[in-house]
Amino acid sequence: MNLTLKVWRQNGPEDKGRMETYPVSDISEHMSFLEMMDVLNDQLVRDGKDPIAFDHDCREGICGMCSMFINGEAHGPGRGVTTCQLHMRSFKDGDTIYIEPWRAQAFPVIKDLVVDRSAFDRVIQAGGYVSVNTSGNTIDANTIPIPKADADEAFNAATCIGCGACVATCKNASAMLFVSAKVSQLALLPQGQPERELRVKRMVEQMDKEGFGNCTNTGACEVECPKGISLTNIARMNRDYLTASLKGE
Amino acid sequence: MLNSKVPQGPLAEKWTNHKNSIRLVNPANKRSIDVIVVGTGLAGSSAAASLAEMGYNVKAFCFQDSPRRAHSIAAQGGINAAKNYQNDGDSTYRLFYDTVKGGDYRSREANVYRLAEVSANIIDQCVAQGVPFARDYGGLLDNRSFGGVQVSRTFYAKGQTGQQLLLGACSALSRQISKGKVKLYNRHEMMDVVVVDGKCRGIIARNLVTGEVERHGAHAVILASGGYGNVFFLSTNAMGSNVSAAWKAHKKGAHFANPSFTQIHPTCIPVSGSHQSKLTLMSESLRNDGRIWVPRKKEDAQAVREGKLRPVDIREEDRDYYLERRYPAFGNLVPRDVASRAAKERCDAGFGVNETGEAVFLDYASAIERYGKTEANIRGLENPSASEIKALGTEVVKAKYGNLFDMYKQITADNPYETPMKIYPAVHYTMGGLWVDYNLMTAVPGLYAAGEANFSDHGANRLGASALMQGLADGYFVLPYTVGDYLADDIRTGPISTDHPAFEAAEKEVTERIQHFLNNPGDTPVDDFHRKLGRIMWNNCGMARNADGLKQAIADIRALREEFWKKVRVPGTATQYNPELDKAGRVADFLELGELMCVDALAREESCGGHFREEHQTAEGEALRNDADFTFVSAWEYTGDPSEAKLEKEELVYENIELKQRSYK
Amino acid sequence: MSNKGLFPSSLSKKYAMAATGLFLCLFLVGHLLGNLQLFQSGEAGRDAFNEYALFMTTFPLVKVLSYATYFGILLHVVDGILLVRANRAARPVRYVKENGAANAGWSSRNMAVLGTVVLAFIAAHMQNFWYVMHFGEVSTYAIDGVEVKDLHGVVMEFFGPANGMALGAVLFYVIAQVAIGFHLWHGFASAFQSFGLRSEKYTPWIEGAGKAFSVVVPAAFASIPVYLYIIQLS
Repeated sequence: MNLTLKVWRQNGPEDKGRMETYPVSDISEHMSFLEMMDVLNDQLVRDGKDPIAFDHDCREGICGMCSMFINGEAHGPGRGVTTCQLHMRSFKDGDTIYIEPWRAQAFPVIKDLVVDRSAFDRVIQAGGYVSVNTSGNTIDANTIPIPKADADEAFNAATCIGCGACVATCKNASAMLFVSAKVSQLALLPQGQPERELRVKRMVEQMDKEGFGNCTNTGACEVECPKGISLTNIARMNRDYLTASLKGE
Repeated sequence: MLNSKVPQGPLAEKWTNHKNSIRLVNPANKRSIDVIVVGTGLAGSSAAASLAEMGYNVKAFCFQDSPRRAHSIAAQGGINAAKNYQNDGDSTYRLFYDTVKGGDYRSREANVYRLAEVSANIIDQCVAQGVPFARDYGGLLDNRSFGGVQVSRTFYAKGQTGQQLLLGACSALSRQISKGKVKLYNRHEMMDVVVVDGKCRGIIARNLVTGEVERHGAHAVILASGGYGNVFFLSTNAMGSNVSAAWKAHKKGAHFANPSFTQIHPTCIPVSGSHQSKLTLMSESLRNDGRIWVPRKKEDAQAVREGKLRPVDIREEDRDYYLERRYPAFGNLVPRDVASRAAKERCDAGFGVNETGEAVFLDYASAIERYGKTEANIRGLENPSASEIKALGTEVVKAKYGNLFDMYKQITADNPYETPMKIYPAVHYTMGGLWVDYNLMTAVPGLYAAGEANFSDHGANRLGASALMQGLADGYFVLPYTVGDYLADDIRTGPISTDHPAFEAAEKEVTERIQHFLNNPGDTPVDDFHRKLGRIMWNNCGMARNADGLKQAIADIRALREEFWKKVRVPGTATQYNPELDKAGRVADFLELGELMCVDALAREESCGGHFREEHQTAEGEALRNDADFTFVSAWEYTGDPSEAKLEKEELVYENIELKQRSYK
Repeated sequence: MSNKGLFPSSLSKKYAMAATGLFLCLFLVGHLLGNLQLFQSGEAGRDAFNEYALFMTTFPLVKVLSYATYFGILLHVVDGILLVRANRAARPVRYVKENGAANAGWSSRNMAVLGTVVLAFIAAHMQNFWYVMHFGEVSTYAIDGVEVKDLHGVVMEFFGPANGMALGAVLFYVIAQVAIGFHLWHGFASAFQSFGLRSEKYTPWIEGAGKAFSVVVPAAFASIPVYLYIIQLS
């Protein structure tokens, strides 16, 4: 198939950036979206032009590196998929496709479609862990039984790949889904209890500091999340933060 | 002769004795010692976190935008540990034995035993960190079985075990970053190691965002930079996975061990076209319940290929469950190398089932039926209909493997609940890597290698769910002790100055190479060369190898390398984010490594594990080992040209295991 | 975003939004119950409504409640403005192509716009009646010896033939109620989510109740001016 791509080009953090148009031809429907981008870049290099920078790594939907805002949606029109898992069979011959980077104050553009998501890491560093030493001299793994339902729910929250689609898609660029997924995972497990209140307060504080927006509960993040992280996690974080705030230090 | 420094004493006591006798660094002195960790996968993150926790100043480097994206994240199936929670006779010894046997007797006994010994602790540690492993209804940890073993010792978190373990290790890392004990350098690539007076004293790194080339000094450097499967271009590795860190270490004096030992994973989604940029693994755990087959009749295979016959319409007696036929004892759960070769054998014989003829079926119909019946019993349904059973069974399979099935559907647009999946072997893991001694130190003092980057534990073939185990064992439980032993000499050294001529020379070399790429008047994109290299490697140094092919490959790679340096075109500048430039550097190193792999494969005149030399096979087509002449590790020393690399042998001594021809029949 | 000042964090802003929002929902119910008296015809209806108006402007507890309501509205508005400002700042460069409809409801994406319409309505509505009642010239008469202002008359006149703009007023009131309806369509259930009150079991009920509320209450409000306009046509 033949397509017209409208791609955001920005030559660095200081550049203003603009949309540019590229035609691509002979695209197979079996290609992944990123393979289609490879074809375009290959052509650009051969033509002596600057290829389009985009983030990608595992190309199987788990590393969370790829991040394209395609036709007005994070990771494009597919549901439950990252950009690398989006296949060209989702598009029609002759389509015009808009490709933009994640846009948020907290995710500054590095180049073209590449953004800096270290803000997420700093939120995790603020408290997204259990303070246990790595000596291995803890208790036996089966000492504390964990109800299967809790373990499964914690797992579901923990499947977040930190891609930032929630922020990208939120009309407020809010990071609530990402932050609450980690808060939830640890709040659901006995190992997370000792630091539960401190954790949620610190992580929310860092989230605010990074300049993410507020949650309007539109639910867009849940829809666009490639891992289907649920809004229930945001509710749990709201609850935990309220409890922690009411109790005070 | 290389000294593996394996401690004396009985196998089961070696590690304990060693830990008790190695030197310690007191807490005050640790604060004045710097350690660099390159790579933030399971081995790197856990090592960096543990060393920082002990008090060292750690600098952690990763080329990804976040440590959490290291490729350990993609491991699906699980992690082995000799917990014997299932009471099926598992033990440290049995895990050790299975691993050595699975590796076709080409790994170091003492290392493997230590791995098995610390495996149980890994699970304790991860649970304490909040890793949400799968549990049964009693709230205790669940297990599943994996290829090459007859017990259930694999802990898992659906098909995302690697992700959960890495996030656990990264959480430990994050905690140390927040304390200021680890300084993280993300989007940084290690460009070279710096050796000062015979000791590794730092690295040259490049900030991939600004292009700045930086010097970082340290008292010890740990490479946890992963494997080199991407030398094949198409593999299950991430696009960025590369050999450069290990290769640079090799060029600075570290031996590269068993480079040709590559694991070809039997269950991957087949190649669909020339545009393909990578291959996707379908977890080995699928072989627990799935049955692998091809049509028994060639005309059926032909009809399936042409789309004239649906696989579900092929009658039971016309199907060839070739693994169950050839290996009745292990059936579909034979080790990976055996399963891969069997698939290749059937496809080469003309029974392949996709357009390219390079695919076999992985069928869940009978598992769905079996689970459906059990579920119907549990629910007390009398005389359930076939469709009820199927619905119930589908639910069970969905709960166990849902994400993998979804992934398959996403990529192929086929529904695996209705029609068998198509799979084919693909490059997945490299058992070879930097040669290390028992302390995980390379031949360069102060330079360590951990995880997939070293060679030590998996011999010629890695068993499923053992990579995660090794990565975390190295990082959490081995390096924190052994690095201290070395650093005990460094308590009076003081900070490492990066003004030393060795740093200057290394930086100069790095900068010159970058400038060469950017100024080269070529016209061909980097990927072109990478693709060509991959084809040479896959055809001649893949699932089956022979002397003529390997010799040809060496010549081809040398020619390709020459062409690469002449014709490669790298756009952009050195002072901005430039992925093409990063790729060029990595492919340049692959072009040298590939040659060494072929040299190694040529030198090893036997078949073992993933290394199958067509000249050395039994009458039934099984791998034929040559223990008399090849019970050693091939450790190659760089001399300036991969083909001229000097072979050093580490004899493998088996005191606790009798060497046998592997049989899974 | 700075969280110094009124609110310590982004979440506390949301709690305040939810609390004031739910409180204002309660206000709507009370206000509606009172206003439904306008459906009562004849002298009895007029007396009942005017007595109610007197009670509402003089009874001390109601005074407290009304100040709480003003405060609630003010806080809801100020908080809303702070949120919108922070949210704008969180995405300084907009997308060239957006497709919000693909993943979120229209009302949830337009709460600020809807809220602004509602605020404009509140201002106009208070000018129309509250201001007139308190500071305008309203004829009075006695019921059982108690002097009452004839607010009923003011209302009838406003939506009756005496007001040349009556049809426009009715239309404006109906449109405003549609805006309130959409605002509540998202806002009601959203408030519960902000407080973390969500569960598989109860959330569908909360959402259902919110939707019912957002249709029934504004519809009932809107029916009043329409009814008053129609009965005075003949």
